[in-house]
Amino acid sequence: MIPGAFDYHRPSSVADAVALLARLGADARVLAGGHSLIPMMKLRLATPQHLVDLAGVSELRGVRADGANIVIGAMTTQHEVIGSDLLSAKIPILRETALQIADPQVRYCGTIGGNVANGDPGNDMPAVMMCLGATYEVRGPSGTRQIAARSYYQGTFVTALKADEIVTAIRIPAPAVGHGHAYEKLKRKIGDYATAAAAVVLTMSGGKVASCSIGLTNVADQPLWAEEAGKIVVGSSLDAATIKKAVAAAEAITDPASDTRGPAAYRTKVAGVMVARALARARQNAKA
Amino acid sequence: MAKAQISMTVNGRPAEALVEPRLLLIHFLRDELGLTGPHIGCDTTHCGACTVDLDGKSVKSCTMFAIQANGAQVRTIEGMAAADGTLHALQEGFREMHGLQCGFCTPGMIMRAWRLLQENPKPSEEEIRFGISGNLCRCTGYQNIVKAIRYAAAKLAGVPFEEAAE
Repeated sequence: MIPGAFDYHRPSSVADAVALLARLGADARVLAGGHSLIPMMKLRLATPQHLVDLAGVSELRGVRADGANIVIGAMTTQHEVIGSDLLSAKIPILRETALQIADPQVRYCGTIGGNVANGDPGNDMPAVMMCLGATYEVRGPSGTRQIAARSYYQGTFVTALKADEIVTAIRIPAPAVGHGHAYEKLKRKIGDYATAAAAVVLTMSGGKVASCSIGLTNVADQPLWAEEAGKIVVGSSLDAATIKKAVAAAEAITDPASDTRGPAAYRTKVAGVMVARALARARQNAKA
Repeated sequence: MAKAQISMTVNGRPAEALVEPRLLLIHFLRDELGLTGPHIGCDTTHCGACTVDLDGKSVKSCTMFAIQANGAQVRTIEGMAAADGTLHALQEGFREMHGLQCGFCTPGMIMRAWRLLQENPKPSEEEIRFGISGNLCRCTGYQNIVKAIRYAAAKLAGVPFEEAAE
């Protein structure tokens, strides 16, 4: 399959990339790892006239601590997320999730910025970022702004990002030391998107849940933050009755499509099962 | 749409061409350079038959533009055997352990396994299976591919290959 013709641009700074997008207008698309965009171009579902490749923008790479936050450059690959000692120590759910994305070759190229930015509800990182309360740093012609992950997604490939803006970094408040975490994903095979998946981050205190946040992947036209389900388990010891209530609350906000991964009712149930499993495993690996 | 001059090092030799930006790396390798070892299987990033090594990463060359590889170091299956024809340990392993039947997936499998062994010279069977999970084989059921990679890992480490009890 041969993509449509385009002009290729390779800026070396964010400022140059943003200026290019402003000049080229709506016919231009940003190229990160390319593993969503290039397949779409090969199918001619996307036919940009200009590609602005961010591979040469070194300021978009790398992971660093900034006070109580961890900042991940948008062009950091999933492979680099997996190999980052800082992320493994501070936010281990990211490594766990990245290992469940696609396959090794795709993870060498695919970037965390591309994964969160493009608004594909099948992507795994968006629900994790909503779960973690992450913020996306965005640069456009009028400067920099911050968009909370929880208010970024609006529908399939529809987001709060404007056409002339670039997600430059992800800022994540590091969860408390000793927190529990899990990303449970049901997929038909390696490389597949989730039938349904759930991210859980919680803290325990004296045998009770002190805080809990839950995100859901691929069970609506956008990733979901299951705020109510998270609230339900706070104060409990994660007894069966409480988990059942939280699962029901999570299932209630899903609105999956019926597709090759199963009918909608099944995928809603799978989301509930993923929430229950993720809660149990997060409880298990929490220290306190 | 302007063409662009690109250059890269492929199997240790310089390669240059004037290309359309939309030219995929797999087409550059096969059609411009005549390196037909990397195969076009699914053409949709699933099967891994087009896998080549690029700057220390295994990549699916059907999902990358040649222009993205401008300046890169690329290795394909054609760059694996020694100049005198001596097979690489992985090639030898695939032959000795019957790691192929039709052979279509083999160049991608070997290139992926090569990078895997650079990163993890002594992989467990489970690590091998996870490491080659982006490469599909429709003939072998993978059993002998895993064996072939274990054979190569042993040979490269200079230790005798021991077949696992089955």
